[in-house]
Amino acid sequence: MALTGLDIFKQLPKTNCKECGQPTCLAFAMQLASGKTSLDKCPHVSDSAKEVLDSASAPPIALVKIGKGEKELQLGNETVLFRHDKRFEHPTGIAVTVNDTDSDIAGKVQSINKLVFDRVGQIHKVNLVAVKNTSGDTARFAEAVKTVQDNADFALLLISEDAAAMEKALEVAGANAPLICSANAANFDVMLNLAKKYDSPLVVKGTDLNELAALVEKSGYKKLILDSGAREVNKVLADQTQIRRQALKKFRPFGYPTIAFADNADPIQAVVDAGVYIAKYAGIVVLNTSDPADVLPLITLRLNIYTDPQKPIAVESKLYEIGNPGPDAPVFVTTNFSLTYFCVQGDVEAGRFPAYIMPVDTDGISVLTGWAAGKFTPEKITEMLNSCGIADKVSHRKVIIPGGVAVLSGKLKEMSGWDVLVGPRESAGIPSFIKQRWGA
Amino acid sequence: MAVTIAKEKWTSKVGEMVLDADSSVKVGGESTLPFLQFEGDIPNRPVLALEVWDLEPVDWPEILKAPFAGVLADPVAWAKKNVEYGADVVALRLMSAHPDFKNASPEDCAATAKAVADAINVPMIITGCGVEEKDAEVLEKVGEALTGKNCLIGCATEKNYKTVTATAMVNGHSVIASSPLDINLSKQLNILMTEMNLPANRIAIDPLVGALGYGIEYAYSIMERARIGALMGDKMLAMPVICFVGQEAWKAKEAKSTDDESPEWGAQERRSILWEVLTTTTFAQAGGSIFVLRHPESVKQVKVHLDKMMESNAY
Repeated sequence: MALTGLDIFKQLPKTNCKECGQPTCLAFAMQLASGKTSLDKCPHVSDSAKEVLDSASAPPIALVKIGKGEKELQLGNETVLFRHDKRFEHPTGIAVTVNDTDSDIAGKVQSINKLVFDRVGQIHKVNLVAVKNTSGDTARFAEAVKTVQDNADFALLLISEDAAAMEKALEVAGANAPLICSANAANFDVMLNLAKKYDSPLVVKGTDLNELAALVEKSGYKKLILDSGAREVNKVLADQTQIRRQALKKFRPFGYPTIAFADNADPIQAVVDAGVYIAKYAGIVVLNTSDPADVLPLITLRLNIYTDPQKPIAVESKLYEIGNPGPDAPVFVTTNFSLTYFCVQGDVEAGRFPAYIMPVDTDGISVLTGWAAGKFTPEKITEMLNSCGIADKVSHRKVIIPGGVAVLSGKLKEMSGWDVLVGPRESAGIPSFIKQRWGA
Repeated sequence: MAVTIAKEKWTSKVGEMVLDADSSVKVGGESTLPFLQFEGDIPNRPVLALEVWDLEPVDWPEILKAPFAGVLADPVAWAKKNVEYGADVVALRLMSAHPDFKNASPEDCAATAKAVADAINVPMIITGCGVEEKDAEVLEKVGEALTGKNCLIGCATEKNYKTVTATAMVNGHSVIASSPLDINLSKQLNILMTEMNLPANRIAIDPLVGALGYGIEYAYSIMERARIGALMGDKMLAMPVICFVGQEAWKAKEAKSTDDESPEWGAQERRSILWEVLTTTTFAQAGGSIFVLRHPESVKQVKVHLDKMMESNAY
């Protein structure tokens, strides 16, 4: 459980030296309790107090970093079971597997590098290349790791339970903090020492939750990723749920991100399983496929599930040109909630008719919500018609508003002087609307 | 070291709904979160419906039309095809009633519904064309024509729920209650309908879901909240949830775009099926019980997944 301000205060020097920037030690303690400052701001705190406070104030799930520099992937710091409780912090890292037995490793890595998708104006991509010691051969694994490292745009996940193979691979890639996968009961000490030697994160794999907890306790290491050993999707769901629940209850052995392997022998079911792992708590999901038809749905799912529910996603409120609109092109008004805008954009594109779209700034809320909240008003639309430059771009004075807010038309016409056409209620009706009402 | 399995002590459960006349197909009844058998009971597997239209769809992608070649203009043959494809339920959509299309009369719609119902031996969902006033008239006649069949009819909205609820009560059907992505609106509609004396276990919640990439997260969170509410004893959120996935997934650009248009997205066939399948399986994780799909391959894949998820994961 989190400490209260008073619990923390008891551990502080109580000198009120102000060096932390707060007027008193008590004020500092209160700030600490609410997570607004960090303990390292206090130069005088004793080591023993630090240990007590650190362990009590540490996040329930540790932050773990894989790779270095631009390729670094951060996982962990999660605080909730359900996204609606607050939000999920660090999106599931997606790893794509390369086997050391593959014929064209460099070529395969190039295809993984291309798994980058532009959506809602943002770039989304996979995060890791997993190199798997399928051959069982030490030299071959090290060679594959070298090829992948030389070609990949992403950090590495090294998969071998053979400590000798891992040692050789780390001689190649150890400087870049790859994720070492994995330490189990049989190879535990050697793998752990390798992780420490290269200061790299380590997957700890148990045969079940009990063994996993025991191995974590024994390690004394903090850069860990957890694998309960489950591989069937129904059991992985149970274990992932247990690990997240127990971590939030501050059962320390489970206070680390997890890894899940989508290695169902049926390739479609493997994608479906990966979807479950993204929704249900996996820190990393390892795929065997690099087919964009498989990866795009998963990346999109991750984007959706990890969206902050408290922050509507907005697009910039400015005049958008679809196709190459001329002076007689239609002008559509909508709100700047990204989903609303992208629906309208998609359907205007589907109509294959060049047009202008004018998303009014409603703080990223939808048409009806914006109207109900007084953020999508004739005043705001008029202001944008006057300020965005549309009047210079089109020769007509006709503006199309969403059918759901037909009620705005009278006032809008009066205020702006533009003719108001009431468009369809659903953006899907835009193509036929243009044909019937504009083309003629 | 021994780990003590963390189990929530839920006090209530999701209501159980019967989907046919002889009580052989049921949904709901869960006393825990989706698929957590280690914690509670999951007595019924979610069911999968395939859509049938009473009007040949014109704007469906080729990939979606292909499995139904030759039956798209014949609702009875199409419905039988759906049963062959393994649909647990047939979902008839009376699109011809739409004023923009054929503006078919309620009587004509009822005759089609009756013909389809007589030709198949699986439960039926029957929805109107989406124009609320018209749907009320159509469902009234359809409800009469199918008296005693215990169909799931809809969609009842804030505007037309009175007629639809009355029809369902008189003729022994259940009702789909639709409200747009708001847990309070949904609850409100359920209260209004039960106040008319429709039993709570004859209502299915339709939260108007979005597809993967198009707002899936809103319905996902509403469904998670509704399930938690149900497990904590809120009877007006304890209805099974129906998700019209097919109509949303096949509207997505990612499902419609052809191989030539978007080569960087991989083959359309695999991508579009996965779009429908992943939208469904994600909602299954949030608590969906009835899924209305369009492509038979999606039904097949989701079934394989659900069979696995229904295997016990008790410790």
